[in-house]
Amino acid sequence: MTRTQLGINESLTSFPDSAGHFGAFGGRFVSETLMGALDELTEAYDSLKADPAFLAELASDFEHYVGRSSPLYFAERLTERAGGAKIWLKREDLNHTGAHKINNCIGQALLARHMGKPRIIAETGAGQHGVASATVAARFGLKCTVYMGSEDIQRQSLNVYRMKLLGAEVVPVTSGSKTLKDALNEAMRDWVTNVDDTHYIIGTVAGPHPYPMIVRDFQSIIGREARQQFAERQGGLPDAVVACVGGGSNAMGIFYPFLEDSSVRLIGVEAGGDGVDSGRHAAPLNDGVVGVLHGNRTYLMQDPSGLIAETHSVSAGLDYPGVGPEHAWLKDIERAEYVAVSDDEALQAFRELNLLEGILPALESSHALAYATRLASEMASTQHIVVNLSGRGDKDIPTMAKIDGISIG
Amino acid sequence: MGRLSEVSLGLKDQNKKAFVAYVVAGDPHPDMTVQLMHRLVKSGVNIIELGVPFTDPEAEGPVIQAAHERALAHQVNLEAVLTMVARFRSEDAKTPVVLMGYLNPIERMGYKSFSQRAGDAGVDGLITVNLPPEEAGDLTEHLQTHGIDPIYLLAPTTNVERAQRICQASKGFVYYVSLKGTTGSGSLDVNAVQQKVNSLRDYAPLPLYVGFGIRDGETAGPIAAIADGVVVGSAIVALLADAEEQGSETVIQDVVNLTAEIRAALDASVS
Ligand SMILES: Cc1ncc(COP(=O)(O)O)c(C=O)c1O
Repeated sequence: MTRTQLGINESLTSFPDSAGHFGAFGGRFVSETLMGALDELTEAYDSLKADPAFLAELASDFEHYVGRSSPLYFAERLTERAGGAKIWLKREDLNHTGAHKINNCIGQALLARHMGKPRIIAETGAGQHGVASATVAARFGLKCTVYMGSEDIQRQSLNVYRMKLLGAEVVPVTSGSKTLKDALNEAMRDWVTNVDDTHYIIGTVAGPHPYPMIVRDFQSIIGREARQQFAERQGGLPDAVVACVGGGSNAMGIFYPFLEDSSVRLIGVEAGGDGVDSGRHAAPLNDGVVGVLHGNRTYLMQDPSGLIAETHSVSAGLDYPGVGPEHAWLKDIERAEYVAVSDDEALQAFRELNLLEGILPALESSHALAYATRLASEMASTQHIVVNLSGRGDKDIPTMAKIDGISIG
Repeated sequence: MGRLSEVSLGLKDQNKKAFVAYVVAGDPHPDMTVQLMHRLVKSGVNIIELGVPFTDPEAEGPVIQAAHERALAHQVNLEAVLTMVARFRSEDAKTPVVLMGYLNPIERMGYKSFSQRAGDAGVDGLITVNLPPEEAGDLTEHLQTHGIDPIYLLAPTTNVERAQRICQASKGFVYYVSLKGTTGSGSLDVNAVQQKVNSLRDYAPLPLYVGFGIRDGETAGPIAAIADGVVVGSAIVALLADAEEQGSETVIQDVVNLTAEIRAALDASVS
């Protein structure tokens, strides 16, 4: 059903409601112990988001610490190769620490400081959010513990060491599937126990209200910049905006400022793994069922008895059975489209961007690139696609080398 | 009045302390659960709280997480749990059974279908760990149609306004989680629990039970002196974890010894 059929009169940017609902999605599904902390966080955020001093602090760190704004780069040779619409890359890979994750972490570390919490915790899959959290902890003099699935620790050893260099404690999580979702469970358990002195920095637009809203707001700097940069460089609006979707924070960040621009197609790309038909993937918006996990109602990969299914993706950062509730809602009201790209297609796009543009993309971002290149070939050369290049791929070099059978010990 | 309220109010009238024992359905083996439930009752347990295995038990400590994983390894899903309750109920018409679990399996079965099937199986109450009353929607209504009491948790961090709402939404008993933390963690501060329990009495006409951190007679006694009952989980589940090495009869006997000790401490607290 479309927005008019659903009778949505308010601006799409005015969601969630005060209880954190995006239509039927989102909300706050947590154990009672955390309800007070979530109220406190909501209150603190509501007052700070309108506070000029806080916003100035945030803007200053975005500029001088993260290195914003990130460039909007016209990818000429990739465009030629695709043979259709012009492809622009929003270069979040050039941020300090190499991904969009830092935008959210800076914002939330400032929040933690204002709330007087001396310790932060985080979950991480690919390690990018863990690194960004450890980084801001060092920057603001906070203690930091990062939870990471023991499977992912194997896959992303470089980032693990990096977090330790930054002074963070990295705790391996050996329960369940030993990946991102289990790291999130463990971080929640830590938070329940240490709620008085600890702020939990969730790394994506998931979790209980107010997290999906807070993370989106901090990440929406991506879309605000891209919208303005495109207008200045090219004039008008792009025809499509494409981003990969794990939990959905880089996608929500670039989509949000375009939500009311109905001429702009918003396309989220999920991890298709071995292919959506194979069942071995991490594409809940393509092949999931609505349910409740990690504090919110959204589309989930689950079995018929409601147990959460194990997921698969070559990219650890997309290997998650859920997705942010705002995406679930944007799918249902048909404001955004969600597609999936397989491991193989993503790997090909990864190689292609290296060869054609001299840019090493993260495997996560390579999913968006793969779809955007395909889409461009079906569009006219007068049209424009903006791709969120959410991170750089240094962390993925060991994975790629292994696939290529090369030892880089 | 349902079986749960009959027992919880009945015990209170007789000035007896309630003993709620938690085990995860299907742990350590699905064949043991029903027998274990009967043995718990025989050794002095008044109410059985049966954990519904879930892949992501985010409020549980390591001991109970491991129990969920053991049960899931034997494919114990919500449907299998209801079958176990029905089997228990065929031989015990009196002891209330409260399910404790996470929302997703219930949502997947459907609120209406779950309530009906659980009611038919002989379930008396439901604790959904990650469902605060404000998100409960029409689950409460369906539960009540089938005679199942919704029970919500109160935490040390719960403010007065929420505590009132939660007490109103609960039936059967009110469950006070005595610790900030996961199940099985830390040691509890009896004075702090006492203060909170006293303040909760103002708006909790229902029997008030305390759980988290009670592991033996020594920890149960002081809590029983201030609350109407205790909930014991991790201490029991930890004993069951040894079933593979020690044999099921040995671990069940260990559990029975522990529950008998706790029963004695509860009875001593009122004498
Ligand atoms: C570079 C990069 N892109 C994307 C993601 C996926 O997260 P999200 O969907 O929240 O942007 C990750 C997660 O680790 C990442 O590191």
